[in-house]
Amino acid sequence: MMIDAMTSGAAMSGAKAGNNKPHLPIYLDYQATTPTDPRVVEKMLPYFTEKFGNPHSRNHHHGWEAEEAIEIARTQVASIIGADPREVIFTSGATESNNIALKGVLRFHKDRRNHLITVVTEHKCVLESARHMEMEGCEVTYLPVEQNGLVDLDRLRAAITDKTALVSIMAVNNEIGVIQPLREIGALCREKGVYFHTDAAQAVGKIALDVNAMNIDLMSISGHKLYGPKGVGALYVRRKPRVRLEALIHGGGQERGLRAGTLPTPLCVGLGEACAIAEREMPAEAERLRYLRDRMLNGITKALPEVYVNGDLENRIPGNLNISFAYVEGEGLMMGIKNLSVSSGSACTSASLEPSYVLRALGVEEELAHTSIRFGLGRFTTEQDVDYAIEHVVAAVRRLRELSPLWEMAQAGVDIKSIRWAEH
Amino acid sequence: MAYSKELLEHYDNPRNVGSLDKEDKAVGTGLVGAPACGDVMKLQIKVGADGRIEDAKFKTFGCGSAIASSSLATEWIKGKSIDDAEQIKNTEIAQHLSLPPVKIHCSVLAEDAIKAAIRDYREKNGQAAGAVQTADAAE
Repeated sequence: MMIDAMTSGAAMSGAKAGNNKPHLPIYLDYQATTPTDPRVVEKMLPYFTEKFGNPHSRNHHHGWEAEEAIEIARTQVASIIGADPREVIFTSGATESNNIALKGVLRFHKDRRNHLITVVTEHKCVLESARHMEMEGCEVTYLPVEQNGLVDLDRLRAAITDKTALVSIMAVNNEIGVIQPLREIGALCREKGVYFHTDAAQAVGKIALDVNAMNIDLMSISGHKLYGPKGVGALYVRRKPRVRLEALIHGGGQERGLRAGTLPTPLCVGLGEACAIAEREMPAEAERLRYLRDRMLNGITKALPEVYVNGDLENRIPGNLNISFAYVEGEGLMMGIKNLSVSSGSACTSASLEPSYVLRALGVEEELAHTSIRFGLGRFTTEQDVDYAIEHVVAAVRRLRELSPLWEMAQAGVDIKSIRWAEH
Repeated sequence: MAYSKELLEHYDNPRNVGSLDKEDKAVGTGLVGAPACGDVMKLQIKVGADGRIEDAKFKTFGCGSAIASSSLATEWIKGKSIDDAEQIKNTEIAQHLSLPPVKIHCSVLAEDAIKAAIRDYREKNGQAAGAVQTADAAE
């Protein structure tokens, strides 16, 4: 009895507790955020307490100790993207990094070059920064994407003018996980003499990145998407040829004057360690996740008809699966799989009434966009988790299709598009 | 955001799921909403010779609140006269299920579905607008 009690206590730490039952609820939303890896937390802890010094205190031991930790972290962040540590500045996260990149570059250059090119499927923080720069008098081109979610390079080439200062295209999309052709985009931007910024929040630690081989001039990095802490990120800013940009936050001149404010040593240490772990484990982890992702996709498609994958399956990070379950509304489905934490592109899960703008940009019909679910697999996802998810998703979709008037019509051969629906 | 016990209970065990023969003269069918908006409700009533709703069925494409609202609607209208069923207000459904503000439209849709089914029944049975006006005038 004693031993049983202890074993079940150990199951608190997750699905690895020996038996085959997954620990519920199962987290399958790794593109929303990731848990901080315990190894990362361990590295961070001393910098909250005994090593609490201000890294910018130049004249005593406490300051030096913190500064040294910061510089190690900076080297770790630089290493995973093939950069020089002097090219990395710490920020509060990818949202801030994207704001600095877009606003900073355009404000510095807009007297001569005031044109920005970005893509309709970017994260809101890029799109909103772009909108803001339009209000400041900049011109913005929002490129469409192909049906697979990727940018067409000829379209990009045609959009670049002698007024273009910056091209900002995300590395990996947060909803559908597709990987943009970074190397080709970088080569094109270099050839045309325009800066290339990429929001790599979903890419760092998931795919191999090299700022030099890919001709990337600015790159945004997020801590909490790669098993680091929330509230910290980084911006890579190329030194040669040097990228000039205006700071958004002014103060004591920290981070080469690009981002003032005392650095949060524990968070920076956490981001650095998270990068170091991801760099070491990425190849094996990518293979493991690809296996789990394929297992999940096969398990679902074998059991259910009329299931559609959104976005390119080849050019995609291994931990992402975005599926439309025709005739079953996304939020309704989520309620039926309460033990799975997932996201939906349905309007009902967001504050707006529109379904996912990313899916709409791929040309996914509104009715199918409402039926989409994003499964995000990650470092602590097990095969048992995936099998449990398959079983419960399949059961819930079957049940809800029996409840769906659209499924009934489709089975009876009624063309749903032929009905004149009252939009409300 | 946590949903109420009543709502979850209807979602987990929806009442009166299914379809009635829409060609049957005693059956009224309401189909409201739109797939592009993320919710569609089909609600059907079968009216007895005494003018009472002897059976009701629904099928809903939508979120949990939409499914629960339509399930509750069928439960409430069964056994009622069509005139009484017509008086059911979306606010009563919303209150019973403790719908959060962003889900009020689900209860509106359920009320619309009841009214659409009754309208269809009346049209089929040649008592369209006139009967409705009489009911209104009686208030």
